[in-house]
Amino acid sequence: MINAVNSKLDAELEGRTGQKVRACYQCKKCSAGCPVAFAMDLLPHEVMKMISYGQRERLLASSTIWLCASCETCTTRCPNEIDIAGVMDGLRHIAIESGVEPSEREVGMMHRSFLGGIKLLGRTNEPFLIGGYKAMTGNLFDDMGLGAVMFFKRKIKILPRTVKNRRAVRRVFKRTRKMEV
Amino acid sequence: MTDLTFSYFPGCSQSGSAEEFGLSTEAVCRALGIELAELPDWNCCGASSAHMTDDLLSIALPGRNLAIAREEGKDMLTVCAMCYSRMKIAQARILGDEAVAREVEEVVGADPRFRGEVRHLLDVLVNDVAFPEIRKWLRLPLAGLRAVPYYGCLLVRPPEVCCCDSVENPTDLDRLLALLGVDVRPWSFKTDCCGGSLSLSRTDIVEKMVNKLLTRAEEAGANCVVTACPMCAANLEMRQKPGKLTFKVLHKLPVLYFTELLGLAMGLSGVEEWMKSHIIDPMPLMRETKLLSH
Ligand code: SF4
Ligand code: SF4
Repeated sequence: MINAVNSKLDAELEGRTGQKVRACYQCKKCSAGCPVAFAMDLLPHEVMKMISYGQRERLLASSTIWLCASCETCTTRCPNEIDIAGVMDGLRHIAIESGVEPSEREVGMMHRSFLGGIKLLGRTNEPFLIGGYKAMTGNLFDDMGLGAVMFFKRKIKILPRTVKNRRAVRRVFKRTRKMEV
Repeated sequence: MTDLTFSYFPGCSQSGSAEEFGLSTEAVCRALGIELAELPDWNCCGASSAHMTDDLLSIALPGRNLAIAREEGKDMLTVCAMCYSRMKIAQARILGDEAVAREVEEVVGADPRFRGEVRHLLDVLVNDVAFPEIRKWLRLPLAGLRAVPYYGCLLVRPPEVCCCDSVENPTDLDRLLALLGVDVRPWSFKTDCCGGSLSLSRTDIVEKMVNKLLTRAEEAGANCVVTACPMCAANLEMRQKPGKLTFKVLHKLPVLYFTELLGLAMGLSGVEEWMKSHIIDPMPLMRETKLLSH
């Protein structure tokens, strides 16, 4: 498959994250220790190589950038001190700002409901998060048994907890927001 | 002794899904003379969702809290590993780069250059209160508990901003638990990720990650997992019970916060209440080991 080459991707990521991806010598240590590797379509070391090759579209459309759990195992172990987790963040940010929908639809929706909750209330309230997420994805019946257990274990509070100065939090979102939440 | 007065950042989970963590933290601190004054009108740190989607937002949300902490003038104490990590990373970025500091100041509308320390309770217990002092308060040796200490990601990585004694093989929690009389089981998965940030969205992946950890914990001979992270705890507890209307339980291994066990060993009241909030009921284990009777 021939893909468009974007020779600026490497520099764009360096500008955002300060990371020099070209220092990677493909030892694969990052991929060897990645706990989510089994579910990824591109392994972390492949992501690094594809950045050098300017494979912008394939990277932004990958599931890997959304499945990376930011555990930072790769970052701590890279012999070339590349913050791979930071690069994954950078790729996600580019995807969002370029309007590329996350290939992992549910992951994107989870972030939206999570941040939407903070924007509205200033604090995270799990029932709102879970409810909002379910409404967005339409997977209303997943985890229903769990919801009942959580309710009886008093994990679910009826009244939301909020910040008093909601305007201050809205201001933060207004002045930073790149993703619609 | 060092000053043990803090602005306390409780974090959202500690009055929701990790209520028992919040309650046990407050009780333990009160008993050990760690003074907590809740940070006024704090907001959510933004957790993974903020840094995964927007760099500035991920610094500005903790930045507002740092600005409040600056006003309060005390060091900040956190218990949630996620809040701790986000707060420390934001502080390092703000103090390390004046351009970032100015940008956050403009977004937040207050000076976020908090120069006090952001601490995690585990760090304060191990390094400030210290074991000789804690030992004086112990009333009940926790014999019968065989625990694997589970640090997860955010207490140890990235090591530049975190507090534990080692990034690959930390022992702070191990040593605290041993002090309480817990049989600390050696295992290689102390700092392996549980997939918490994908718990809702890719439950299928997370169930595999969690069940691997629990299998390894059982192989190590543990009858409980002890953690300092509410995301890890919620994830390890919730994903033991596979979702989707089924109740088939694979492991049923209790997951406890280190503060709950410290409170139990100190003979504090309220322990039974904390234990009731767990999805995987720890009471059978507590009765079996005769640490709690009802
Ligand atoms: S660990 Fe570092 S050098 Fe090795 S493949 Fe991964 S990014 Fe490249
Ligand atoms: S930070 Fe992401 S890529 Fe790196 S090891 Fe963790 S899950 Fe894998």
